Amino acid sequence: MAIRAQLFVTCLAEQFFPNVLKGMVALLERLGVEAVFPEAQTCCGQPFFNSGYRTQARELALKWLDVFGKTDGFIVSPSGSCVDMVRHHFPELFRPGSADHKRAVEIGARTVEFTQFLVNQLKVTDVGARFPGKVTYHASCHLLRGLGAREEPKALLRGVDGVELIPLPGEDTCCGFGGVFSVIYPEVSQSMMKAKVQAIDSTGADVVVACDAGCIMNIAGGLRKAGSPVRAMHLIEVLTAGRGAS
Amino acid sequence: MSHQPTSIDFRANVQQVPSTMPPAVQKATTKFLGNRAALVDALGNDFWQQLRQAGHEVRLHAITHLDYYLEQAERQVIQAGGHVHWARDAEEAQRVVIDIARTHRAKLAVKSKSMATEEIGLNHAMEAAGIRVLETDLGEYIVQLKGMGPAHIVVPAFHLSKEEIADLFREKLGIEAPAEAEKLTQIARMKLREEFLAADLGISGGNFLVAETGTIVTVTNEGNGRMCCTVPPVHVAVVGIDKVVPDWESLTVLLKLLARSATGQKLSCYTQFISGPPRTDAETGPKEFHLILLDNGRTRILQSPETRETLLCIRCGACLNICPVYNHVGGYAYGYPISGPTGVMFASQILGSKAAGALPFASTLCGACNDICPVKIPITEILLHLRRRVVEGDDLEGAAAPYSLRVGAQIGAVALGTPWLYRVGSRMLKRLQVPFVQEGWMANLPGPLSRWTMARPFPAFAADFRRWWRRRSDRT
Repeated sequence: MAIRAQLFVTCLAEQFFPNVLKGMVALLERLGVEAVFPEAQTCCGQPFFNSGYRTQARELALKWLDVFGKTDGFIVSPSGSCVDMVRHHFPELFRPGSADHKRAVEIGARTVEFTQFLVNQLKVTDVGARFPGKVTYHASCHLLRGLGAREEPKALLRGVDGVELIPLPGEDTCCGFGGVFSVIYPEVSQSMMKAKVQAIDSTGADVVVACDAGCIMNIAGGLRKAGSPVRAMHLIEVLTAGRGAS
Repeated sequence: MSHQPTSIDFRANVQQVPSTMPPAVQKATTKFLGNRAALVDALGNDFWQQLRQAGHEVRLHAITHLDYYLEQAERQVIQAGGHVHWARDAEEAQRVVIDIARTHRAKLAVKSKSMATEEIGLNHAMEAAGIRVLETDLGEYIVQLKGMGPAHIVVPAFHLSKEEIADLFREKLGIEAPAEAEKLTQIARMKLREEFLAADLGISGGNFLVAETGTIVTVTNEGNGRMCCTVPPVHVAVVGIDKVVPDWESLTVLLKLLARSATGQKLSCYTQFISGPPRTDAETGPKEFHLILLDNGRTRILQSPETRETLLCIRCGACLNICPVYNHVGGYAYGYPISGPTGVMFASQILGSKAAGALPFASTLCGACNDICPVKIPITEILLHLRRRVVEGDDLEGAAAPYSLRVGAQIGAVALGTPWLYRVGSRMLKRLQVPFVQEGWMANLPGPLSRWTMARPFPAFAADFRRWWRRRSDRT
């Protein structure tokens, strides 16, 4: 029986990076995984949770749990922060011992971030991709510290034929996105983003790779504003480059 | 009178930060973090993690048994011949110090570096009562001359260059000072020496209070703290009630964690243990010792199970050093003597959401502070709860944010949580954005999103995955 992956597409990836999602489907299928898309899914509630609106976060979490509670197998997402929300913060929204708490813990346990799914569940680091160029990697905060994925994305990058992986100075320093932070304190967000862009430029890489839509929006925008030739890409775009989505 | 801030506007403060601040801050924090990392490596990460866990447990035990350990400490201090005063808030603590000073007709008090006295605005209160107060930690001495507070809880003047300090000495002390660290230190030392000898009162804080012996522990690097606690005839220590630890065994764990995390030292140059006034004529030191146990909101923090681990903090400053926000704004932007992630936790709870509700949002929740904290405070979890307290209120405090924001959040949640509305919205945005989009980006957006586009363009809405998925499913 094929492994099944329920796609948890996340609102940012759906609104801004649909090609990442198409690439994720293509990759999963190439690796023999059956991809399923529960169409009733919307936002997991992270923006509300992170801004302090627990009531609204709980409403959205309940809806999300209703949708994914009806599924089986792994729930796979191309965003570390959304998986961190489901795995670690959903249970905090419900009283321990309650049915919803139990459901949140159970469903959270099968919710996995894409790179961790490939490397730790499927035991794959070489997906047969080819991407000639110098690449540097930015470690997204919640993927790194929330989910502990320090090596998985880099292992996948090293598995790509033609990639020259260049270390990014301050790889694990926040890019300044921070969700609502970026609009509440735009000046600070901007100076953090500029520092990140300078570090990226200093590597001489052609591409900076990250695994979270929020960081990519911020970094890609910053690179564009600075007139930098470096492109920001989601790891999935590198893993599917040249092959297109099926 | 109190000098507690009544409203902290982080965004406005950030805009006042001089451009020289971030590079100076980053230079210093990089050095501290490098030294710290080398020492952690030397111990081995496994052992370090064990130490952190032990530190966490010791501190958690202490703050959840405060009544027991504080009374034990009180008995020990009294038995050793010292005096103990309990201060509910900043005003009470100020009054106790001023009363002691007046009893001794004190004209001049010398102070060793202390965040507790910064927190209660002691200097202002004493000056207002006609008592001169002199900071003797070199960094504090410099910022006091400048008429400012500390920019960092461990290294108060680290953002100032040698040139700025030389100018300051020339202006305030009337001394021709070369911009050399050693010479500047010599000048300060010479000036301070006279004051130590003339002082009527020595004031210190305390990094720890060991309950089993009633011992105040101070961790310093300059020796000025020792002068403050030994030369003047009266010593007053102002110590937050959260600083108590059960015994010397617990203390050893915390001392191992503190200096390594703070400045990247195994131990600081001076670790001082003060257990009351001299007991025999052969012993020297101040004849009178007063310990002021300061609450100032700490028991209130303890009432909140979601945030009480704030009180585990040992004020090492590592969370400031690692915090990307702190590194880009420095300490003054927080508008409170304790800055950075730990300052945010303390300020928003001690001052309340109305005055300091802006601070819990001054974080990207990147979590670097959680990982570096030597006593494993779940800082971002606490910030998340404090954000909730600001916008929704909790058992301790009502909501401080305007109700309109909650209405907005509810509308947003309905739009994002209703599948058909979500899909229609995403289609509408793709249409509405057309006049703004160039090469897949929007350079200037109106409304709240202008705060995004002032820094970088916004990507065009591009949702087409659902259609793609449907077509693909229809084909197969």
